[in-house]
Amino acid sequence: MKLHTRLASVPYLLWVVVFTIIPLLLIIVFAFTGTDGGFTIENISAVGRYTDVIMKSIWLAAIATGVSLFLGYPLAYIISRHSARQQNVSLMLIMLPMWMSFLLRTFAWMTLLEKTGVINRLLGLAGLGPFELINTSGAVVLGMVYNYLPFMILPLHSVMVKIDASVIEAAQDLGASPLRVFFKVVLPLSMPGISSGITMVFVPAVSTFIISRMLGGGSNLMIGDLIDMQFLGNAYNPHLGSAISLVLMVIILLCMSIMNQFDDDVDVEGVLR
Amino acid sequence: MKRKSSALSRIYTAVIMAFLYMPILVLIVLSFNQNKSRGAWTGFTFDWYRKLFTNRLILGAFVNTMIVALVSSVAATLIGTAAALGIHTMNKWMKKAVRMLTYIPIMSPEIIMGVSLMLLFVFVRTELGVPLELGLLTLILSHITFNIPYVIFNVLPKLRQMDSYAYDAALDLGCNPWQAFYKVILPEIMPGITAGFLMAVTYSLDDFVISYFTAGPTSQTLPLAIWGQLRRRVSPEMNALSTIIFVVVLVLLLVSNLSSMRRERRGRKAVRL
Amino acid sequence: MKKLFRLLAVCTFCMVMFAAPAGAEEAEFDEAYYGRFRGAGISINVFNWGEYISDGSDDSLDVNAAFEEVTGITVNYATFATNEELYSKLKGGGARYDVIIPSDYMIARMIREDMLEPLDFSNLPAFANIDEKYLDPEYDPGNLYSVPYTAGTVGIIYNTGSVDEPVDSWGILWDERYTGDMLMFSNSRDAFGIAEKYLGYSLNATDPNELRACAELLKGQKPLVQAYVMDEIFDKMVAGEAAIAPYYAGDYLTMSESNADLAFAIPKEGTNLFVDAICIPKGAQQKEAAEMYINFLCEGRVAADNITYIGYSTPNQAAFALLDEEIQNNPVSYPPDELLENTEPFLALDEETGRLMDQLWTEVLTTDQSYNKWLMPVFLIVAVAFSIGITIARRRRKIRDTLR
Repeated sequence: MKLHTRLASVPYLLWVVVFTIIPLLLIIVFAFTGTDGGFTIENISAVGRYTDVIMKSIWLAAIATGVSLFLGYPLAYIISRHSARQQNVSLMLIMLPMWMSFLLRTFAWMTLLEKTGVINRLLGLAGLGPFELINTSGAVVLGMVYNYLPFMILPLHSVMVKIDASVIEAAQDLGASPLRVFFKVVLPLSMPGISSGITMVFVPAVSTFIISRMLGGGSNLMIGDLIDMQFLGNAYNPHLGSAISLVLMVIILLCMSIMNQFDDDVDVEGVLR
Repeated sequence: MKRKSSALSRIYTAVIMAFLYMPILVLIVLSFNQNKSRGAWTGFTFDWYRKLFTNRLILGAFVNTMIVALVSSVAATLIGTAAALGIHTMNKWMKKAVRMLTYIPIMSPEIIMGVSLMLLFVFVRTELGVPLELGLLTLILSHITFNIPYVIFNVLPKLRQMDSYAYDAALDLGCNPWQAFYKVILPEIMPGITAGFLMAVTYSLDDFVISYFTAGPTSQTLPLAIWGQLRRRVSPEMNALSTIIFVVVLVLLLVSNLSSMRRERRGRKAVRL
Repeated sequence: MKKLFRLLAVCTFCMVMFAAPAGAEEAEFDEAYYGRFRGAGISINVFNWGEYISDGSDDSLDVNAAFEEVTGITVNYATFATNEELYSKLKGGGARYDVIIPSDYMIARMIREDMLEPLDFSNLPAFANIDEKYLDPEYDPGNLYSVPYTAGTVGIIYNTGSVDEPVDSWGILWDERYTGDMLMFSNSRDAFGIAEKYLGYSLNATDPNELRACAELLKGQKPLVQAYVMDEIFDKMVAGEAAIAPYYAGDYLTMSESNADLAFAIPKEGTNLFVDAICIPKGAQQKEAAEMYINFLCEGRVAADNITYIGYSTPNQAAFALLDEEIQNNPVSYPPDELLENTEPFLALDEETGRLMDQLWTEVLTTDQSYNKWLMPVFLIVAVAFSIGITIARRRRKIRDTLR
């Protein structure tokens, strides 16, 4: 009988091979072939031309991840100390914006940030500005933080609810200062949440092309823009595009292996639930 | 001391929530703006809500979005549940390997998933000669691919929590394997299946990046239609539609929360009695 | 599943109902020609520029709905933003298109790469409406593959509220007084075209040194540019987000309807005179229906309503005759010949030059002097800090484990 149920996963395994493994292999094949179909490493070495873009993408995504952690950590902690029902409501409130199209919400930021936009007009009433808010790398980071902050809060929260309040009380009773309690108890216990939160924010942030295009004004290119340009954009060259994708994959694998150092098992399941 | 910190935390929560909801407020306000351009507020109107229902482009895209979301989520739920059943009975080593495979679509950046699937479909069409055009079918296949993992990771924990002897007991009591599955296993894992299905629908509805690479001219979905409009201006009808979707989701969540609250209260009353 | 189909049926029904009023002038069209495919359930995929067809908004004619009404053929309509994007989508080969509308130089390139289907002119009676001036063009000798759709020039759109000097040169796009108040083309050919004209080169220069000089010029312009855009320009110029932007003449007319402060100038160094034409790509499965669509676009009444909405110049004589006098005499759409003296059409670049231009353009977009200096060191420091952190964390864990 056991054998039978194991067979139930066969359709899925076939699916993974056809729609995940083979496509990824195709990227590798494309990256190492030229337009004539022969083997070449020209594409990979051509990626070197875009070192600036790659560095900038990593940099912006890293800042966005840091800011998300900084903003999300306290909130996740506050929520996790509430009653179960309040927690549900708060989490619902955090998830709810995601039901509005991601593109439209980013578009709304354009309306807020423009020179004649809402924020500059409000500042104008106070006699300030106008400031150059949109089309800067700062705007790109803001867009990333806005879109991916929930991905930071949710894993952090799922780890923090598991922290037993009595452990913290015990530390306090034993005379630890609030700071000490935080660094010795709360922080180490929430480490798995931090590492999965960082991955959940960094990966989409480093590979985005929508946010950079909408808020970056076309001159804050990121890796994602480069890839899009080679496949469906202005400079058709799927071989170079595949090579850049390959580099992006390597960057992400590196990032994830660093995160894995902090925690042996990135808790994806915890995040999903 | 305690009260002070809770006031602080309330303010902090409010600030973050304001950050999350500000763009949504902007969109809702814009959907009532008489002026087509988002630059200026010229008066309040319900026109866009009326015009929405005669806009062929938006309605067509809405229908496509629903078809893709429902078909792909149902398929993903079937394949994913079967796969979870199979994975559950695997030995430790195989389990780990399959879980690693399942992480790939979740952890790899959307743009790479999109690009690689596009390469696959183009390869199948141009090299293998299968008349598979980018369109509704390729879109559904791609959505199934990224939806399956969400189902698997929601069902697996439920299987783990299940009493492993219940199934054998049912067999001993004369059920055939199918009956045992329907009567014993399925009810136990149903919450996981539902959660996985809902999650798949949610992700599928709002997916832009993967659809962008795998859709064709005959399969515009809402996010793709929005992207087409973003290049110049988003029509206020689009804002109206997303406001409606947002309000519907909000109401559904409120209703489900209120009813669970009432149930809870009734339950407490019963205990007191 | 059945329910889903019922839902679908209801939706399509609603759409047909709503679409009905659009095609009221049915009698005008030759039923023997347009009625051939009625009821055959045929659909064609049309791929056009954004904002490049009259779509029924603001009480204009909805061209696609009217075509569906007259012929019974379903139109799947999708849009692109640049010629290069269109090329990528076609070359990628994933999707089937029946009708596309590229610009002159892209048509020449596609002809060279055997990507277009020759047209059957016996199936295009309305082709006779096209002005002789536009026949047998350089990009498509003998008009075998294309039917001219629109024409126009590239010029400078500026806001008279913030630019009070006379604008007559591309040089204003390098004027530091307008730093941050300037938009620029985000497609390589148009952007290089401006630099080429400013430096006095040909729009079809193939000398790598000339192209490099253009790229340097464009890099120098980058700090002044607020954003690189295509159709985003409409909202931004109308709202006063930027003061100066080069763009297509026809689109200026659309913008000036919403903002009367905007003005348009053709620089003295000369500019690009372009023609966008309708073609059928190789692999189209509904060629005859696609030709019917092209023919429909060439009908005088349709072309006139269409061009009034788009604002570009029409190569269609029958349509021109139907236009309001005010539009016929508009110097932006139909400039006098002396203004066009310096203009030059884009031709297809050879593959090598094309690739060099793409590469240089990416270079222009990605130069970022402010980052180069300190980005690398910071990144290195972060990486080092990371690895130190990891080793410390690991050692701690080890100690903890041994203590346990």
